[in-house]
Amino acid sequence: MRFGAGLLALAALATGLTACGNSGADSIADKAKNDKKLVIGIKIDQPGWGLKKPDGSYGGFDVDVAKYVAKELGVPESGITFKEAQSANREPFIQQGQVDMVVATYSITDERKKKISFAGPYLVTGQDILVRADDTSITGVDSLKDKKVCGAQGSSSPKRLAEKFGAEWESKNLTQQQGYGACLPLLENKQVDAISTDATILAGFAAQFPGKFKLIGQPFSEEKYGIGIKMDDKAGRDAINNAIEKFFNDGSWRKALDANLGEFGKYFTTPPSVERY
Amino acid sequence: MTERGATVLYDVPGPRTRLRNNALTLTFGVVLLLVAYFVWTKFDEKGQWNGELWQPFLRADTWTELILPGLLNTLTAAAVAAVLALLFGAVFGIARLSDHRWVRVPAAVVVEAFRAVPVLMLIFFAQYGGSLAGLVVTEFAAVVFGLTVYNGSVLAEIVRAGILAVPRGQAEAGSAIGLRKNQVMRLILLPQAVTAMMPAIVSQLVVLLKDTALGFVVAYADLLNAGARVVPANYANLIPSVIVIAAVYIAINLALGYLATWLERRSRRSRKVSADPAAAEMAGGEVPLVR
Amino acid sequence: MEAVVDELPVILGAFWLTVKLTVVSGVISLVWGIVLAAMRVSPLPVLRGAGAVYVSVLRNTPLTLIIVFCGLGLGTVMNVQFSRDDLSLNSFWLSIIGLSAYTSAFVCEVVRSGINTVPLGQAEAARAIGLTFLQTLRLVILPQAVRTVIAPLGTLLNALVKNTTVAAAIGVMEAALRMKNLFDAHGDAIIPIFLGFAAGFVVLTLPMNLLAGRLARRLAVVR
Repeated sequence: MRFGAGLLALAALATGLTACGNSGADSIADKAKNDKKLVIGIKIDQPGWGLKKPDGSYGGFDVDVAKYVAKELGVPESGITFKEAQSANREPFIQQGQVDMVVATYSITDERKKKISFAGPYLVTGQDILVRADDTSITGVDSLKDKKVCGAQGSSSPKRLAEKFGAEWESKNLTQQQGYGACLPLLENKQVDAISTDATILAGFAAQFPGKFKLIGQPFSEEKYGIGIKMDDKAGRDAINNAIEKFFNDGSWRKALDANLGEFGKYFTTPPSVERY
Repeated sequence: MTERGATVLYDVPGPRTRLRNNALTLTFGVVLLLVAYFVWTKFDEKGQWNGELWQPFLRADTWTELILPGLLNTLTAAAVAAVLALLFGAVFGIARLSDHRWVRVPAAVVVEAFRAVPVLMLIFFAQYGGSLAGLVVTEFAAVVFGLTVYNGSVLAEIVRAGILAVPRGQAEAGSAIGLRKNQVMRLILLPQAVTAMMPAIVSQLVVLLKDTALGFVVAYADLLNAGARVVPANYANLIPSVIVIAAVYIAINLALGYLATWLERRSRRSRKVSADPAAAEMAGGEVPLVR
Repeated sequence: MEAVVDELPVILGAFWLTVKLTVVSGVISLVWGIVLAAMRVSPLPVLRGAGAVYVSVLRNTPLTLIIVFCGLGLGTVMNVQFSRDDLSLNSFWLSIIGLSAYTSAFVCEVVRSGINTVPLGQAEAARAIGLTFLQTLRLVILPQAVRTVIAPLGTLLNALVKNTTVAAAIGVMEAALRMKNLFDAHGDAIIPIFLGFAAGFVVLTLPMNLLAGRLARRLAVVR
């Protein structure tokens, strides 16, 4: 079975078996100052937040946050390398040092804090409801009881609704698609009446279709978006937190929201307060 | 083949039949056109022919920045999985023919089990099972794992059928001139079996290529993902984008299909191989046409 | 193991859905596939052309793409809707359209290859006694053709059982998607759950293969 051993080795390679990330505790702040370079993980398919554009550049609120923070740490825009960080591999990317920081609609949770550190939050959002602009029958989460709702597979938002309304509702009134982008045509063509997930994501997609949709604007959960960096990099966390506070105070926060979300920027009124730990 | 089968079903039409056929051609033609027209108007009603939705595909950067990276990922996943699946297929196909029971039986169990399980389930299992074992399973790794073990198992059956289809005399002659078992397999049986089964192998690889699209379900950044997520995220043109991506898939698979036919013709012409592909198909009982 | 026992009703429900998807789209594919095969051997070039285009488009498109298109495109663009008040039922039927459209292209090719195995004399004799094209096909050719391709049709059915999992792409809660959800709910029982579902598919496909083999032998046309 000589082949067998080779196959196993190859399979191990293919499964992306990676050794433990190096635990060198160099702060991101030092690295930025000395190298003038940073690798930043972002989403590339999230309109309004992190989106790869056809000209090869990246746009969105998270991208603006990343650029601003990088500049404050001493890295010019030309020194930034953006890298796609999908939801499932954000922690491993940071732990293995494949990216220096992650700014990718990244919710701060206790579970994640066991593996990485968070600076921020730079935005607080919550699960909200997107409906057609002319629909007045939905006023809050309770009106969804007899409405058709679209969610994304693997997202926690539809799960929350399913727990609230029960299994029969889940079967009859909930459809789960591949990502929220797929829900919009269904909402537009009245196959469903509402899409429900974080207000940020909804605003980003809906801003592509001006005038067609509106947010209910009553979040019924709380998500805090933070910037993920290596575990225990206190110096880096403090430096980034300072940058975020400056971002809030000099008006860049407001400007970036309005620029990226258009008419939906108004749903995000005040910046949160940074949590230092 | 087709032509003969097709024409034997009806006579050369006489004047009356010709008239009737013309009338029927017209009727069916009109029906087909009506269906096409119906679809067209529905698309029109929903504004799907709107130039803005299609224009992005005339721009070079849409292709180079958004679509081709996805295509590259699809081809990478397919290529890696194809190589691994061929290895897997060769190893297990041969193992199933082993003289030793303790090799033959486990190999048979592995092949039969993985052939029965849908690729998508294997992909999900790779993701969750891998992280259970403390591995970092990327979407790429999960997709390659699923495609490798499923298609590898199918290829194992193809290889086995191919080896069985090589006339016994070949192996006996090999043994007679003093080759060891492993040499007989390596030098005599396997080369002939692979040549004979080449069309079946290629068509299974086409299946593998098509199945990379399952990566979409686990958000692997493949061609379908580019068409259904990345491009519409920029231009809000989901339906046109999916149609364009379908055309790309069809072009690639048609090309591979022609390659398979060409290989089949070549191997049929070639007199060097004693294993007959048709006989091999019969021996295998089952040559996968799909999946 | 406990998780599998606890969730047994859920697992069985998922497989019941898989069975329903298989049976319904299997029947539709068989009928539609035979119609397509008839079109492809018909005397009318327009039907032959339409059949050929259909088969090569559907056969060369990934099933995932077809199902996604059925789930999103048919409803939003073509206004195809099966149920107003039950979204699961709606996506169930939409995925059946996708599965049948795809599988029938393969059925067509299998049946066509079966037609090619029917000896020339059969069709000639049928014509000699004055049967029309449709009569020849229906009474003489197809009964023999379909019998000779029972085994490959069995292979297709086997593939269809596994292909129903692709309906997960538009949120149909069949076995694969249900398995993933159970993985999420029982993170400590991933291997037993996987083995349970894998066993389910073995149980579904094994008797089917045996039955197809037996039918193929019993119905074989002796020549």
